[in-house]
Amino acid sequence: MEAGTPSIHGGVPLAERVREAARSHPARTALAVLALIVLAMIASKGLHDVAQRGLNGLSLGAIYALGAVGLTLVYGILKLVNFAHGDFLTFGAYMAYLVNVTWGLPLVVAIFWAMAMTAVLGIFLEKVMWGPMRARGAGMLQLLLMAIGLALVIRYAIQFVWSTELRQLDVNLTDTVDFLGLTIGRTNLIVIVVGFAVLIGTGLMLRYSLLGKRMRALSDDLDLAETSGIDTSRVILWTWVFAAAFAGLAGVLAGAITQLQPELGFELLLPIFAAVVVGGIGNAYGALAGGILLGVVIEWSTLFIDSRWKTAIGFVVLILVLIIRPQGIFGKAKTI
Amino acid sequence: MADLLVSLPVAVTLESFTNIDFWTGVGIIAGIYTIFTLGLQLNVGFTGIFNFGQAAFMAIGAYSMAILVTEAEMSFWLSLPLSVLITIAFALVVGLPSLRLRTDYFAIATIAAAEAIRLFALNARGLTGGAQGMFGFSDEWDSVAETIEGWIVELGWSEVPTLFPLFLVVWVVALLLTLVLNRVQQTPWGRVLRAVREDEDAARALGKNAFSYKLQSLAIAAALGALSGFFLALNLKFLGPEEFVPIVTFLGYAVLVLGGLANYRGVAVGAIILWTLLEGLRFLELPLSETRITALRFMIVGLILILLMAFRPQGAFGKREEMVLGD
Repeated sequence: MEAGTPSIHGGVPLAERVREAARSHPARTALAVLALIVLAMIASKGLHDVAQRGLNGLSLGAIYALGAVGLTLVYGILKLVNFAHGDFLTFGAYMAYLVNVTWGLPLVVAIFWAMAMTAVLGIFLEKVMWGPMRARGAGMLQLLLMAIGLALVIRYAIQFVWSTELRQLDVNLTDTVDFLGLTIGRTNLIVIVVGFAVLIGTGLMLRYSLLGKRMRALSDDLDLAETSGIDTSRVILWTWVFAAAFAGLAGVLAGAITQLQPELGFELLLPIFAAVVVGGIGNAYGALAGGILLGVVIEWSTLFIDSRWKTAIGFVVLILVLIIRPQGIFGKAKTI
Repeated sequence: MADLLVSLPVAVTLESFTNIDFWTGVGIIAGIYTIFTLGLQLNVGFTGIFNFGQAAFMAIGAYSMAILVTEAEMSFWLSLPLSVLITIAFALVVGLPSLRLRTDYFAIATIAAAEAIRLFALNARGLTGGAQGMFGFSDEWDSVAETIEGWIVELGWSEVPTLFPLFLVVWVVALLLTLVLNRVQQTPWGRVLRAVREDEDAARALGKNAFSYKLQSLAIAAALGALSGFFLALNLKFLGPEEFVPIVTFLGYAVLVLGGLANYRGVAVGAIILWTLLEGLRFLELPLSETRITALRFMIVGLILILLMAFRPQGAFGKREEMVLGD
């Protein structure tokens, strides 16, 4: 260090040390920055507004997180950027519509049916498409364009059957719940509770169950996992089951708080990508956190800008993260 | 959604199978997609960068032209080169940070940038007219079109379809660009692009600035996107954000893989095959509603992508050994 730099701790200037700390603890840094932003917002807009918007954002955040965890696991394990993931959400939503509205059964049944059917779709596609393509050593462009083709087939098959007409699940959208001076729609509250219960369950499963550990092992290094005796094709199948079932659930929840139309899932895909990138591609915990964070941030943005711009916030976040820290908040910098 | 596809002037009847107006319309769209996809061919086929934001370049070119003509009251002919420059500037802004990313991240970044542009066009109502769109930018072109029509009538063809002059100009431009790009590909510059595609590190080891070549490739693709945007605007005489949904780029990729990767001449063939197929569906007289027909066409596009990538990834005229198969 030059003699002229005023500093107490071992001669390293403060700015340099802050930068170093930020680099070695990105998650803590992000949290600190977030806390500062929240404090600034509370100071300028008042606690009530910030809390209310944050609460509104949680339901969308739960949906993003559910979509993101599957997308990120599939990417991490199969190196597949699944552009059809959004259309899995749409598929789930319409499966629920079939049970809930066409057959008139309760929503709970519809949710389980939607998750099961989307999981079946996931397994089917792995068996007839992704598995054989991997075995042939298909390149990234091939897989990317197949995923886009698949997205078009699923989306427009749904449009073929159910047309572009807006449809509604049989849910109560008028009742609200009040607590601590905050208001939230009953259905939104259910979405938050269901979403978070499943997300926490997923987090625990990934952390402690043998399957979860195997999934993370595959995501880290597929070849190494295979050498250490893990039955990779089985884990891959389970990954699809989880990714697709959660996508189906996310689709039903999104359908419950908005309306169903064939582009429902595609419109959610880019924010879900944003959540995945924020959390670091391939990192399941990161995707969970990224999804919730993004949902809340998008709602907070409406405190400052016209809400018709809020869809653009997801893209802005995505582009900013890709520029500033493409490995995401929790990711490793190795191969970006 | 899909206004591009329902914008043809002729109703669905069997007579239209021999209707020259109808096929002129189809030809114009195929020509527009040829120019659009030449940019993708340069990026994907020859540089190995997966540009999924081509629709944004088309949008920026078209909107810049329309805004310069209607708001700034600039001459249409002057607005064209200026709009190309604006689009190139945007490509540089997008490319500078994102081209340093790995290919899959770049794909996501470009599609996000394209959607951001579309949302901007939808919401910045003061500038772009929002969902109502923009009109009244084509007067100067219309008088040229009339002159061309006059020439054709003098040659002895009296019933010239209204859009025939546009059809001629689109295809003259598309074929010229194909020839030029084909030529450029054989220059040292073109060979470096292919080296970058095959092995970026090796190209760098030879002292080539791979990043700069990728940026140039993206900028040229953007200029081609802008050109296709001008023709799109002249064809519709209208501009709205719905014309630039991500599916437009996906259709470009379908044209690209149909014609074959790393082959400029294949692009026009791919565009003609795709649009003849999609528009030809009208003559099957299927007992289906308009939404279902639209759905069916896009399902076909999806199936084309899946099946080609599974069984013939190099496309109709592509060279397999020139495909970036690994990652």
